[in-house]
This record gives sequence, structure tokens and C-alpha cells, in this order.
Amino acid sequence: MRERFANGFDPFVIPFLIGMAFVLGYCIVAMFRIIIQLPKADRKRFLLTLITPKYIWMNIRDIFLNCLIHVKLWKRNKVLGYMHSSIAFGWFMIILLGHLEVILFLPNRIHLFYYPIFFNYFVAETESTIQGSLLMFLMDFFLLIILSGIVLAIIKRFASRIVGMRRTTRLSLMDQVGLYSLWAIFPLRLLAESFTAHISGGSFLTIPANWVFRQFLGNDLHALPTWWAYSIALCVFMCVLPFTRYMHIPAEMLLIPMRNAGIRIRHPRKGFALLEVYSCPACGVCIDACPMSVRKVNCKDTTVYLNRMLRRGNERRIEEISDKCLLCGKCTAVCQVGVQGPELRIAQRERRAYALSPSYSAINVRPLASAVVHGAGGESGGVLYFAGCMTHLTPSIRRATASLLDKAGVRWQMMDPENGLCCGRPLMMAGRTEQARELIAKNAEIIRASGCDTLLLSCPICYKVFLEEYKLEGVRVVHHSVFFEELIAGGQLQVRRDDGLKLVFHDPCELGRGCGIYEEPRRAVAAAGELVEAGKHHAEAICCGGSLGSLTLSYDQRRPMTRNALENLTVANPDQIVTACPLCLATFVRQADRPVRDIAEVLDAHC
Amino acid sequence: MDFGFKLSPSSAVNLDTVDHARYDRLVQLVPDALTCIGCGSCSATCTAAPWSGMSVRKVLLGLQRGRDDEVDSMLSKCMLCGKCTMVCPRGINTRHLILTLCRLSRKGEVVR
Repeated sequence: MRERFANGFDPFVIPFLIGMAFVLGYCIVAMFRIIIQLPKADRKRFLLTLITPKYIWMNIRDIFLNCLIHVKLWKRNKVLGYMHSSIAFGWFMIILLGHLEVILFLPNRIHLFYYPIFFNYFVAETESTIQGSLLMFLMDFFLLIILSGIVLAIIKRFASRIVGMRRTTRLSLMDQVGLYSLWAIFPLRLLAESFTAHISGGSFLTIPANWVFRQFLGNDLHALPTWWAYSIALCVFMCVLPFTRYMHIPAEMLLIPMRNAGIRIRHPRKGFALLEVYSCPACGVCIDACPMSVRKVNCKDTTVYLNRMLRRGNERRIEEISDKCLLCGKCTAVCQVGVQGPELRIAQRERRAYALSPSYSAINVRPLASAVVHGAGGESGGVLYFAGCMTHLTPSIRRATASLLDKAGVRWQMMDPENGLCCGRPLMMAGRTEQARELIAKNAEIIRASGCDTLLLSCPICYKVFLEEYKLEGVRVVHHSVFFEELIAGGQLQVRRDDGLKLVFHDPCELGRGCGIYEEPRRAVAAAGELVEAGKHHAEAICCGGSLGSLTLSYDQRRPMTRNALENLTVANPDQIVTACPLCLATFVRQADRPVRDIAEVLDAHC
Repeated sequence: MDFGFKLSPSSAVNLDTVDHARYDRLVQLVPDALTCIGCGSCSATCTAAPWSGMSVRKVLLGLQRGRDDEVDSMLSKCMLCGKCTMVCPRGINTRHLILTLCRLSRKGEVVR
């Protein structure tokens, strides 16, 4: 390779340089802003992980697998996986190979920022170039891969069903500018490289294209304008990038190390929350996943639009979207980047001003505490069963749980036989964390007084908060589905299996996605009958629609969501629907065409 | 002198002097409040009732009768557990109603 121009410069590189300088400057400032906005302890932890070898390796691996290869997307949808990894990985390889070419052939030019990008314009082929034919082949190969990805992207934009998405995001104006400039970059690069391929050399893609063009284009005058167009397309893309969804490309590279360091959302708009908003690629996977999308009008209340409104600072819509969400967590379960939709919303709810704040400090729990002390009869250990508000509303669950505990010969007592306090989770969901802490302290007082070693809960809403927020040293917090499964496995509960009974298990949001418990309840259900699966299950189970997470959805608006969840549950035509949450039970019972039972009721009926 | 009984202070409500601003604003923001039939299902199930006599029915009634202190003391013990929403035969989203009410000042303005 030899240089065609002695000064190694042409004015057409200027738009590229402007774009690059802008996007780099913007991203560096944004990165420092986010890091500075983190609380001090979080920031220290994050910076420490950056110099810890274990984390460095983990970060590099995760960034490579997620940002370039898009492993999570491949697992979910092969076509979308190919589309994204072809563009991301292909582009990365082209940049890498461009640098390699400069290092190999013209090492004196490596300090020029633009040289690897526009290499083919600045060089002419010589005899020695034959050694680089592999590089040229790879360049063309990856360009072809990218172009195939772009073709898929164009098809997806106009017919998203073909790639398996029912709905896709409505793009904002800036997103459209970014999208079209991104689409333009690679065909323009192919054209530009083809026009100069007889000078700079090329491979299986550019040389035949060059030959074809030369058949009807008499001269080389169109080569320079095409390189200009390529540079301008790059400039436009990079200049709009910070204001479009493509901001997720640089943002995700910071998000992954931060998540690996265990940073959480502490402020609704700053630090990690801001980074998550930037990281949203607006792919729209959450639109199809959201249980609210059954009603078309609620499609605009999904996480992707929350992120957009957060970027725009549209307070009215932010409030509306934050309050409507069921907090079922499915958007996070399907999100490729892992944007925590529910946590973002709770953070928005937390910053709301109230004229009246509840206070529970005046509540005297001493009578409740002395009741459990009396109930324990001076012995420590044993099971303390906290039914919680919702189980009190569905007494059949409480009766069945009590009956099973007696049948298994467990020494137990109830924490809230008559009066009790709420666990605090509904307040947390409403963003009133401070007040929830008061309830948590009161409940913890009763539990410690009882001297129990196991706290049994029949409600996943309570279970999640007891597990995560209560500091109960020496007390095992367990959900009744897990507890009964253990009793069955240990032989303390003898369950008769009814082979003719088809049962489907509904994963309650708080138990499944919330606490990661999927298999224990299934094993328990399988002990009582034949277990069949719903259409969507495990992490992708559909919320019953009764969730306490939503503050504003009315009963009428929830009804189609419940119906949709029931349709999903009954695809295998089960005889009974089994759930492990009193709220799901109460919600389903109203609309189900077949019996809905709690797991405790099913087991009790077969014991 | 102890007569074995005493006179309780008058609990008569003079509706002419009651300021309805907060109730009116609530109705504006949560129109479902108007559909309450006062059946008392919410009172019967309320988790906070044993601690404060909380009842959504009484809150709505108290607002219309100018019993602001009583309303506030009831609201300040609500734990948002959602049982009242589940049992309401009119399908009123009582949690939304309570939270909206907590955001209103006595003059009926939404605090910011």
C-alpha cells in the first residue's frame, strides 16, 4: 500500500471529525456527571470495582457479550439477535480491521483519527498489498454482514410481525433522523469503497461492484462526493446520537460495570436512574410484554415511553405513567438491557409531595407482641404464620394453611389472628418508603418477641418485603409454597396424587419475578395432580391485573388484563388454576370459567 | 357533682359553614368518589380500622361534613393495603382516592 496524497488529508473528513468530537465530548461529560451524581458510598464501590481484576474481567466479558454479540437477544429471538449483532459486531470489526490495516501498511499515519475509517480513499494498491488480501476480504465480509442486518432492520421497521414483534416503538423525530442516517452509513460506505476499489483494491464485494459501475460510469468524478456523503452520514448520526435512542450504545458500556458493582437506583432522576434511561434502546420489546398493553390505549404507558418522557422532562406524563404501572416487572424480565421499569417508577412516586403523611408510631403493638409470647408458651423456635391483609380477605387460604400445618405436626402459631399490621410493601410500592419503615419496625418487634425461628407467609407481597427489608437475624422467612414443598419432600405431608386432575400454576409477579421462586411451587402442585404449563410462564408469566402496584388503574381497566391472563393460563385446558398469592386468587376468581385455588387449598384437599 | 351521666359536646354540623373545597377537588380528580354507596365494606375489612377507626366511607362522609381533623387522623393511619379496593362493590379505586386526598391541602390544592 502506498499513500495517494502526501498530506494524508482531504476536506471530506471534516464532518466525520466534527461528529466524532461532539459525540465523544458529550459522552465523556455525561459519564462524569452520572458518576458524580452517585451517592458517595456507591461511587466509591463502583470505582473500586474498576480496578479489581475479578470485576474487570466480568465487565469486559459482559460488555462483549451484551453490547456486541447481543447474547440475550439471540436467546429470545434469533432474527432480532442476528440483526443487532450483525450491525454492532460487524461495525466493531470494521473499525478494528481499519486500524489493523493502518498499523500494518502505514504505521506513520496511526495518529490520524480518521485514517482507519477512510483508509481506502487515501491509499493505492501495490504489489505488497497481496499480503493484506485477507484483511480486505474480512472488510468486505463484515460489510456484507452489516448490510444484511440493515436489510432486516428496514423490513422490521415496516413489518415488525415478520421478526416476531407485534408492536414496535413509535419513533420520535430525532430517532428517525438517527435511524435513517444509520441506515445510510453502510450502503454509502459500500458505494464509496466500490468507486475507489480499482485504486485501493478490494475484495469480493467492492471489486465486482467497481467493475459494474465502471461499465456505465465513465470517470471517477463521483467517488469524492460519495466519500463526502459517507462522512456526512457519519457526522449526522454521531451529532444526533446523544438525543436519540442510540445513546444506549455508549450508555450500556457504563451501565454494565455499574450493575456488576451492585449500584441501585437511589434518586429518581440522577445517577444510576439517569444512566438506565439513557440505556433504553427503545426497541419496544416491553410494549408486547406489558400486561397493560391488552388495552391499546395503555401501550403508551410502557417503560419505553416512560424513559422517553424522562428524557424530555414531561412531568405530567411521567406522573401518569409511573402511577399506572402494575409493577409486575415483566418489562425488566424481557428487557435486553435490563432497564428496571418498576424501580424507576417507584423512585418517581417517592419524590411526590403530600400534604398529609401517615404516621404509625402511635400504634401500640405491645398487646400483639405479648399475645405471640403467650402463644409460644415460653418455648423458642417454631413457626410464626403471618397471614397478612390479603390472606385475611381470602380466609380459605388461611384455613388450608392452618390445616396443613396441623397435619404435618408443625408447632406453629399465628402472628395476626385478629388484628395485625400491614407488611409495608404496599406503601413501598406507592413510594412511601419512610412510612413503610415504621410498619417494618413495628412488625419486626412482634416477630422478635415471639422467639420463632421460621416466619411463614402465604402472600408473596408480604414475602418479598419480609425477605428484603426486614432485618430478622436467625429467623427464616419462607413462603408457604416453598415450606409445603419441603414438608412433602421430607415426608411430613402425605399428598395423594390425582392423575386425572390437570393443574396449571400461575406465577405471581412478586413470587416469581420478584423473588425468583418458580420451581418449588411447581413441584408441590405436581404432587397433587398433573402439572401443565400456561402459554407464558416462569419469568414471562402475565400479571393477574389485580396488582397493588398500580395506583390509578380502575377496576374496569383491569378487567381485560385479568381476562388476558386467564386466557394465557388456560391454553392447556387445565381443570383448575393454582396460584400462590391471595391477591391473584381474589382477582382471578371473579372472572375465571374454572375453579381457581391457592396452592395450600389444593394440597389440603389431597392430604 | 356526679349525676352518673354527662352532657357530650354538641356534634351538630352546620353545613352552611362547611368548606367543601377539598371534597370538590377530590371529586374532580377521582370522580368515582361520587359512586360510593356507603355500604361500609371498606370499614369492615380495613387493616387500619382497629388502630384508628379508619374507613373510606367515613372519610368521604367526614369531608362533606367538614370533619377535617377526623378525616386527617383516619387517613394518617391508612396502610394502603388495598383490601378496601378489593371489596368495594362499586369498584372504586380507594387507594387512588386516599393517595389523591393525601396530596390535597385543606383548601383543596394539590401540593407540589
